[in-house]
Amino acid sequence: MIPTDWIWGLVGGLLIGGAAGLYLLVNGRIMGASGILGGLVDGTGRDSMVERLAFLFGVLAVPPLLVPLYRSVDTHITSNPLVIVAAGLLVGIGTRLANGCTSGHGVCGISRLAPRGLAATAFYLLGGAVTVYLFRHILGVI
Amino acid sequence: MARIPAMPEPREVVAFLAGGLFGSGLLVSGMIDTTKVQGWLDFFGDWDPTLAFVLGGAALPMFFVWRIAERRGVSVFGDLIPARTPPRLDGPLIWGSLLFGAGWGLAGLCPGPALASFALGGWGGALFFLAMVSGMVVTPAIRAWLFRPAVTD
Repeated sequence: MIPTDWIWGLVGGLLIGGAAGLYLLVNGRIMGASGILGGLVDGTGRDSMVERLAFLFGVLAVPPLLVPLYRSVDTHITSNPLVIVAAGLLVGIGTRLANGCTSGHGVCGISRLAPRGLAATAFYLLGGAVTVYLFRHILGVI
Repeated sequence: MARIPAMPEPREVVAFLAGGLFGSGLLVSGMIDTTKVQGWLDFFGDWDPTLAFVLGGAALPMFFVWRIAERRGVSVFGDLIPARTPPRLDGPLIWGSLLFGAGWGLAGLCPGPALASFALGGWGGALFFLAMVSGMVVTPAIRAWLFRPAVTD
C-alpha cells in the first residue's frame, strides 16, 4: 500500500456513502449494485426499469470521464479467462442468492446495523479470504 | 413499465447522479484495481488495509442517513423507506455470500467495481461482466433447485 492510498480510500468511501445516502433519502431505495443490476437481468425490477438503467448508466459512464484528471488507471485484472469466467459466475450467482453484495449488504447493511447485512459481510469476507489464501499461497494460480 | 423517456423523470436524474457519484467513489478509492481488493483479502500475505477505509468512509455518512431516513419514514419523492428484514440467517444468505466471496477473491471484482471499470478493464473486464450477468440469469433456477421451498427476502 502506498502511504496516501488510505486517504484516497477514505475520500472515495465518503463519495460512495454520499451516493448511497442520496439514493436512499431522495429515491427511497437501497443502493445495492447487484440488486439494481440483477433486478433488470431476471425481470424482478421491471417496474423501476428506467430508474435502474439511469443508475447503472451513471456508474458506467462517469468514471471514464474522470480518468484524464486522475493518476494512472489500471484494473490489473487477471489474463486467465478461466479464472475470470469462474469468478464472474460465482459473483453473479452468489450476490443474487444472498440478495446483496459489498454495497447493499456491506455499505448499506453495516451502517444500518442490519443483522443480515453484517452476517453476509462476515461470510463473503470469509469466502474471499479463504479463496485468496488457497489460490494464491497454496495453488499459486492468482 | 418500459417506456422511452422524452424527458427523464426527476428520480431518474437522481439515480443517474447517485450512480455517477458511486462510480467516482469506486475509481477514486482505488477499488477498481483488482490487486488492491485481493490485497485486502490476503490476510496471510501482503495485506492491504485500503478497503477498510473505503468501507468505513462509506458507512460513516450512511449511519446518519439511516437515522434520518427511518425517522422520516418516507423519501423526498414519497417512497416508503425499505423496512428492516427479520434478523434471520438462512441458506441462501450464507451460501450465496460464501460463493460471492470466492468469486470476489478469485478476480478481485465485485458488482459495483465491475460496472465502474467496464469501460476501463479491457476484454477481461467485459468477460467478467458477461459471466456475472450470466450467473444472475441462472440464479432463480439455482435457488429453486437448492433451496425449495423458495425463501423470500
